[in-house]
Amino acid sequence: MQIKFYSGNIACAEGALAAGCRFFAGYPITPSSEIAEHMALRLPQVGGVFIQMEDELASMAAILGASWGGAKAMTATSGPGFSLMQENIGLGAMTETPCVVVNVQRAGPSTGMPTLVGQADVMQARWGSHGDYEIIALSPSSPQECFDLTIKAFNVAEEYRVPVVVLMDESVGHMFEKVVVPPKEKIKIVERKKPKVRPEEFLPYKADDFVPPMACAGEGYKVHVTGLTHDEKGYPQATSPEVQERLVRRLCDKIRKNERKLRDIEEFMMDDAEYALVSFGISGRSSKAAVRMARQKGYKVGLIRLRTIWPFPDEYFEKLANEIKKFIVVEINYGQIKLEVERNVGKEKVELLPKMGGEIHMPGEIYEKIKEVKNGN
Amino acid sequence: MEIEAKTHPMDKYLRSDRIPHIWCPGCGLGTVLNCFLHALEELEIDLDNLAVVSGIGCTGRVAGYINVDSYHTTHGRAIPFAIGLKLANPKLKVVVFSGDGDLFAIGGNHFIHAARRNIDITVICVNNYNYGMTGGQLGPTTPLGARTTTTPYGNIEHPFNLCHVAAASGAVYVARWTALHVRRLKESMKEALNKKGFSFIEVIASCPTTYGRRNKMPTGLDTMKYYKEKSVIKHGIDPAQADIEIGKEIIVGKFVDIEKPTFDEAVQKLIEKARK
Repeated sequence: MQIKFYSGNIACAEGALAAGCRFFAGYPITPSSEIAEHMALRLPQVGGVFIQMEDELASMAAILGASWGGAKAMTATSGPGFSLMQENIGLGAMTETPCVVVNVQRAGPSTGMPTLVGQADVMQARWGSHGDYEIIALSPSSPQECFDLTIKAFNVAEEYRVPVVVLMDESVGHMFEKVVVPPKEKIKIVERKKPKVRPEEFLPYKADDFVPPMACAGEGYKVHVTGLTHDEKGYPQATSPEVQERLVRRLCDKIRKNERKLRDIEEFMMDDAEYALVSFGISGRSSKAAVRMARQKGYKVGLIRLRTIWPFPDEYFEKLANEIKKFIVVEINYGQIKLEVERNVGKEKVELLPKMGGEIHMPGEIYEKIKEVKNGN
Repeated sequence: MEIEAKTHPMDKYLRSDRIPHIWCPGCGLGTVLNCFLHALEELEIDLDNLAVVSGIGCTGRVAGYINVDSYHTTHGRAIPFAIGLKLANPKLKVVVFSGDGDLFAIGGNHFIHAARRNIDITVICVNNYNYGMTGGQLGPTTPLGARTTTTPYGNIEHPFNLCHVAAASGAVYVARWTALHVRRLKESMKEALNKKGFSFIEVIASCPTTYGRRNKMPTGLDTMKYYKEKSVIKHGIDPAQADIEIGKEIIVGKFVDIEKPTFDEAVQKLIEKARK
């Protein structure tokens, strides 16, 4: 075990290396550039390849290619770059290409506030590319979690063959803290499933348990991979609603039906809670401090901090709906996670404490909101 | 009368269960693909270590017909996808097969940067002067004055000279042929496949359905006759002198064949240095 003093961005890069990432393609953008810089320094030391591409469209395409070349691959960006990556994130979802996309969120829309915090890409992470698909998004609140959740991102990308978004934010990315790096043998690493049959018998998109085995280039399977609607052989069937039905349903269900397994929530002082804050990323930390303040005054309030944001834990919130008087969603946007909570517990049970970006919530203002909500009841 | 053919000598190169292909009668793409497959055969390329990457469009469908690891990606992004594939697995031979619109309009930025870096891939661009799959719109190579569905009064834009772009961007091998020059095209493909670094071949090909019939060449044969009449082989000429204009000679040949360290080799050297 090693104790390091890392920023969230460096911890994310180190987590990627620990997970087995051996290919990084990226384009400089604030506030994520330290991840690319650190990968440029560190990847060659472990025999990996770093390439700075000409834009984010190319970066995303390159990591898909690298994944089909057999490497664990990652890119890192922020809002404007994340927008440019969306089309190829869709290609990744459609072709079931494991890869990791880090988005260190800044305040938008558009160029917005490049150096300051935002959390408004939550819905973009879920719906950014066209068509129906599901991806996985994880949200760390500390450099330690940047390390841990980036490893997890690679593992679930490999397990479910899907692009995984690490939805960081500027504050978590630039904050320095202690990070415990476990010894190599203590880190759980997941590898993509490989075909067990001979090439002539292999159907690259036939899945017995939602996720098909993956044959990469040069392994003798002569696989055809396309973003067109394709059958189990991987061949285009772009005029067959039946093939579309089977494929898209499976692409969505492999994530939806595994929500329970992917669920990752920190519950803080929730045992006897009558009120619950719901938050994630940097806002989850302010919220935790606010819970402590409120508890000192005797308020029965707890925190639900989401580490897995997508797939959203619908079932978890449905069950809590009757136990909690009010949910207060704390996020640096004008209400995105709020919509998801509302969907599950009903509009009347949800309050929003938003920020438009550029600054984090102060624990005191969250505390005031708790007081206001409690007194309003 | 029933004609039965059990196998064809080129069967192993094609995904025969995907034939017939989608290309129109008179299209040059079948000829170009045929040349490519013969180049593979004559070089005895290990098909297990060959990957073909395409973008979107008529030429974008090439990947789906060749019996190798093949990737039909997004519009314009075949080259960066191919870069990832090649760098992750350097033992692969990676060929990008795509059209003029895919590689030089929506994907133009990737082309010039891949050539600048001298990534060890081969790019074959089938240039049919228009967007065929979407119905014959103006492309980055449509000659001045040509009629397309989005230039109903004739094209007022200056087209790219693809070989000039490739050479200026740093490609180490640059050649241009038409779909008429099957033997020379095949030989060029062999050279390009064996070339270390970023090699580029432009193949001018007929598109009677959406381009030819609007430009006084309603059949594939008309276009072939035009190529025969107008093509002039000028090896080694500065590609800047090889612009394409309606009614003027089409200069073809091998324009560039130079040596330069590749990105791939540089990456391996860098890794060795970093690991010391």
